[in-house]
Amino acid sequence: MIRDITLGQYYQTESVLHRMDCRVKLVATLAFIISLFIVDSWWGYVLAALFLVLCIRLSKVPFKFMVKGMKSIVFLMLFAVVFNLFLTPGTPVVSFWKLRITDAGIRMALQMAIRLTMLIIGSSLMTLTTTPNHLTDGMESLLNPLKKIKVPVHEVAMMMSIALRFIPILLEETDKIMKAQIARGADFDSGNLLQKAKAMVPLLVPLFIAAFRRANDLAMAMEARCYRGGEGRTKMKPLIYRKSDYAAYGVLALYLVLMIVVGRILPI
Amino acid sequence: MSLKLEHVNYIYGSDTKLAVHALKDICLEIPDGQFIGLIGHTGSGKSTLVQHLNGLLEPTEGKIFYDGRDIWEKSFSKKELRSNVGLVFQYPEHQLFEVDVFSDVCYGPKNLGLPKEEVEARARQALRLVGLSEEYDKQSPFELSGGQKRRVAIAGVLAMRPKILVLDEPTAGLDPKGRDEILGQIAHLKRETGISVVLVSHSMEDVANYVERIVVMNRGSVLFDDVPREVFGHVKELEEVGLAAPQVTYILHQLVECGFAVDRQATTIAEARDTILNALKTG
Repeated sequence: MIRDITLGQYYQTESVLHRMDCRVKLVATLAFIISLFIVDSWWGYVLAALFLVLCIRLSKVPFKFMVKGMKSIVFLMLFAVVFNLFLTPGTPVVSFWKLRITDAGIRMALQMAIRLTMLIIGSSLMTLTTTPNHLTDGMESLLNPLKKIKVPVHEVAMMMSIALRFIPILLEETDKIMKAQIARGADFDSGNLLQKAKAMVPLLVPLFIAAFRRANDLAMAMEARCYRGGEGRTKMKPLIYRKSDYAAYGVLALYLVLMIVVGRILPI
Repeated sequence: MSLKLEHVNYIYGSDTKLAVHALKDICLEIPDGQFIGLIGHTGSGKSTLVQHLNGLLEPTEGKIFYDGRDIWEKSFSKKELRSNVGLVFQYPEHQLFEVDVFSDVCYGPKNLGLPKEEVEARARQALRLVGLSEEYDKQSPFELSGGQKRRVAIAGVLAMRPKILVLDEPTAGLDPKGRDEILGQIAHLKRETGISVVLVSHSMEDVANYVERIVVMNRGSVLFDDVPREVFGHVKELEEVGLAAPQVTYILHQLVECGFAVDRQATTIAEARDTILNALKTG
């Protein structure tokens, strides 16, 4: 069940997007998300959708795979849509009991649905084409200027990559402990909420202990290899922009200009 | 109360590109009261196989019968199966969670829905079987030594009174002393209760002294299934699949090559000693 969540997962394949410098992808994703929320025009959304489709085709990640990831956030989407639908002031279109649906509400709800869908597909496209290590590398490199104001950029990036690395390890550990307790007659599926919560204790206690043990071992291993933070640390594979990366920045700039122009001349 | 596997196949991730055929056409019978060693190199499918024995994994193809009944039939209670086929995983001490040793051992029988007195009687007996006296009852399981923790975990499964006990690498990560203690305890337990024991290991040395039958796995199939002396006769084939016969087998084989009339099929050190002394006397 836990394994079905594709949000934030990496999809192994060979494509232009996979080869692209992670910094470009990070900047592009951020710019794309901001553009989604700034633009206020249907044609703008069409343009954004076209850009997204182009990127998806370039990434060679099956669309099916992305839609699977969407399932986990359907609830959040519904929540946002319903609230916008009923709580936006404006001229009422339909009203019953204490609820009113206004024309502005319908528009806001629709906009919200479009924005959220593209936001999630856009950002999962980034994680699908970038390994967690690259992701944190890129983030560290982009946030580097913040070091001047004493932000511990390297440490934060290191914590992030360790946290990401621990996800599959802990999933595996959970699976093992679950099986071991099932072999001792544990039942994780039946009973009411309270019984289910109680049944989790034999799973959670060993899992926490395992997590601490792993963390301890890792800390020891890092110290044994003289890890002392980011000061003076060099990279085995330093991030270097190539021509294609500059070209990608160019495409991104073009997209942003188009978005602004479209938003100006063709508002809702 | 035998457990029978018929043409069991298991494929991990069968609907993805990364499908792995972990078990190939396994046919196996575990009768009452037998001590079986299940041996194979890392990745040979041992652990996958043992998870089929108590219904944790469902075979992709093939059937498993307990006491003549298909365990994947809807009416067959998995809980009942798991109380009859006790499975001790690798590093079982990682599953301990209770505040004290005694309560942790009580967890299994409690899950079976037994009355409190019965639960405690079973836990008491299980702890005695693994050689832990009452002074440990109120200790936290996390304060014990590695070997002791493992014995508590094994007791946790024993307390369910299984008819078949399956142990997946019970000696992994223990020092030689801890290893001998655990193996000795298992052999003792087998003698005292008469249950079937399946001992999974990658070391011939470990099992040679204890088991009456050896099943050798290689790449998901059963390579040999016979009494130890027969299995150890296939030294070459065993080495080809990354295993080794016990040291004594090698010594005896070399002695035969040097012209001594020793019995090559002796599997334990005691047997080897006898046959060498015999050869010296008569020669």
